[in-house]
Amino acid sequence: MWKPKTLSLFPLRNWFKYRKDFLLVWLLRGLSAIAGIVILLILGFLLREALPVLEEVGITAFFRDDSWNPGEKSYNLVPMIWGTGLTMMGAVLLATPLGIVSALFCHYYAPMPIASLYRRLIELLAGIPSVVYGFWGLVVLVPLINRLHPPGTSLLAGIAVLTLMILPTITLVADASFAKVPPEYLMGAAAMGLSSWGTIWQIVIPSAKSGLFTGVILETGRAIGETMAVLMVCGNVVQTPDSIFDPVRTLTANIALEMAYALDNHRSALFVSGLLLLGVIIVLAIAAELVDREAS
Amino acid sequence: MTKSIHNNLDRHKIAEIQPLMQIHQLSLFYNQKPAFKDVTLSIPQNSITAIVGASGCGKSSFLICLNRLSDLIPGCTVSGHIQLGTLNILSPKANTTALRRRIGTIFQKPNPFPMSIKKNITFPLKEHGVKDSQQRHNIVEQVLKDVGLWSEVKDRLQDNALTLSGGQKQRLCIARTLALQPEILLMDEPCSALDPISSGIVEDLILRLRQKYNYTIIIVTHNLAQAKRIADYTALFWVDKGCGRLIEFAPAEQFFNAPNNELTKAYVNGIKG
Ligand SMILES: Nc1ncnc2c1ncn2[C@@H]1O[C@H](COP(=O)(O)OP(=O)(O)OP(=O)(O)O)[C@@H](O)[C@H]1O
Ligand SMILES: [Mg+2]
Repeated sequence: MWKPKTLSLFPLRNWFKYRKDFLLVWLLRGLSAIAGIVILLILGFLLREALPVLEEVGITAFFRDDSWNPGEKSYNLVPMIWGTGLTMMGAVLLATPLGIVSALFCHYYAPMPIASLYRRLIELLAGIPSVVYGFWGLVVLVPLINRLHPPGTSLLAGIAVLTLMILPTITLVADASFAKVPPEYLMGAAAMGLSSWGTIWQIVIPSAKSGLFTGVILETGRAIGETMAVLMVCGNVVQTPDSIFDPVRTLTANIALEMAYALDNHRSALFVSGLLLLGVIIVLAIAAELVDREAS
Repeated sequence: MTKSIHNNLDRHKIAEIQPLMQIHQLSLFYNQKPAFKDVTLSIPQNSITAIVGASGCGKSSFLICLNRLSDLIPGCTVSGHIQLGTLNILSPKANTTALRRRIGTIFQKPNPFPMSIKKNITFPLKEHGVKDSQQRHNIVEQVLKDVGLWSEVKDRLQDNALTLSGGQKQRLCIARTLALQPEILLMDEPCSALDPISSGIVEDLILRLRQKYNYTIIIVTHNLAQAKRIADYTALFWVDKGCGRLIEFAPAEQFFNAPNNELTKAYVNGIKG
């Protein structure tokens, strides 16, 4: 029979209590093991599917080939890496300051009713399906950009839609990390007559730093993985863009567009780009974990 | 009350008991519910005034009115009148930044900022317009010496202030407040989170500050022995019908030896509280 680790001087009358603990612990272990295994399976599956083309043309082909033309055995992913990288970076650069500033506003400046209304609004924004963002981008944003500089479907449209989509992530995470700043710091700062600006800049932001970093990493992950909305507004031309008005294709959009008809090496090459995306996300997750550990 | 002060001429000459701060009919409400009501008293200049009383009678609430920290608490309203020199503290037009520089606060739980020891002092100075870094450095040295921390930390000024011990943190908090050269120090149970030795050090420091720099200090304490040791004047707050009241305010000697109020008598003799 299983026994608790601590010694008992008395017969275990309530052994059932320990028994329940024991069951719960193993249930939880089992469930987390399943979650871990699923991720490993996905990774293994991606590797298996990607391997044929990797063995045949080698990894350098994906960066050195003349173009992306799998029918002609040409597998250059670089333009799409640019597409993913540039939309992601643009969106993160825009959304991060916006999100942090709006969380600051919400937390320290807005009157109570406005702040809670604003929070609900941001939560709502987080819940809108990405296809709706894409739809909105296509019928509102793209024609606007088109008037500015044709064709309209462009890197800029992708950045704008992505910014909106990841804004809730950074705002909510920033809001939560500001809520964790000890109120004694704020009381102390107020008691010395320090300005709100100085308090925020010197005390609030540094104390919330690790939370903010985590927020940036999470929004980056979301921006990289987003598929439907960018597919709808980016134009999907495989090219390295020269300006923000050029159409681009992201790695995710590429997979979604070609998976349906890709065969053999072409199909395998799409799995290579999937592997690349997963790799970046894993690196980001590790970075988030490290930042977290640094903080505690 | 005036009469009782005059009875104590040996302790304070009449010229020295100019009231620095006059508080008239002060009440504070949290969401319309009064925490204390109708407190009227004058804080004498260059003296230590101790505020004692049972838990929940509004001592901390009283302190936060004096420098308008009450503004920060949602649902908190204050009525009455507080006069500091020519300044009407509760007037909406009063500049709270300047006011809080004149009236420093030390909290019960030491709350140094999560930055270096030195920056804890220089950052507020910068905020208040001390631009010259050499001057700031001199002030750091001066105030750390004043609180007896200089010899302990002079080699680690760049260390994070959160690495200090509890007593050192509290002295750092006092130092950074002193750096702004306030006229009045409000202290809310500054020793109660500290061990007896640190507590004794802070207590000595309070006495030294009064003697050397003529600070006016208002200190809330739960420790009657401490109040007896350091206070020139003592006020007793007490809850009456769910709301704090000022029961007695008198020079410390009279407060502890010949109080006017029966409640005070019971309290100082340890029967109540
Ligand atoms: N932020 C607040 N919101 C609502 N009520 C409060 C708040 N702060 C204090 N109170 C109430 O006001 C009353 C006075 O509280 P206060 O903290 O001033 O007492 P105190 O004399 O300092 O007590 P202690 O000796 O325990 O520190 C208490 O009944 C308390 O519950
Ligand atoms: Mg209190």
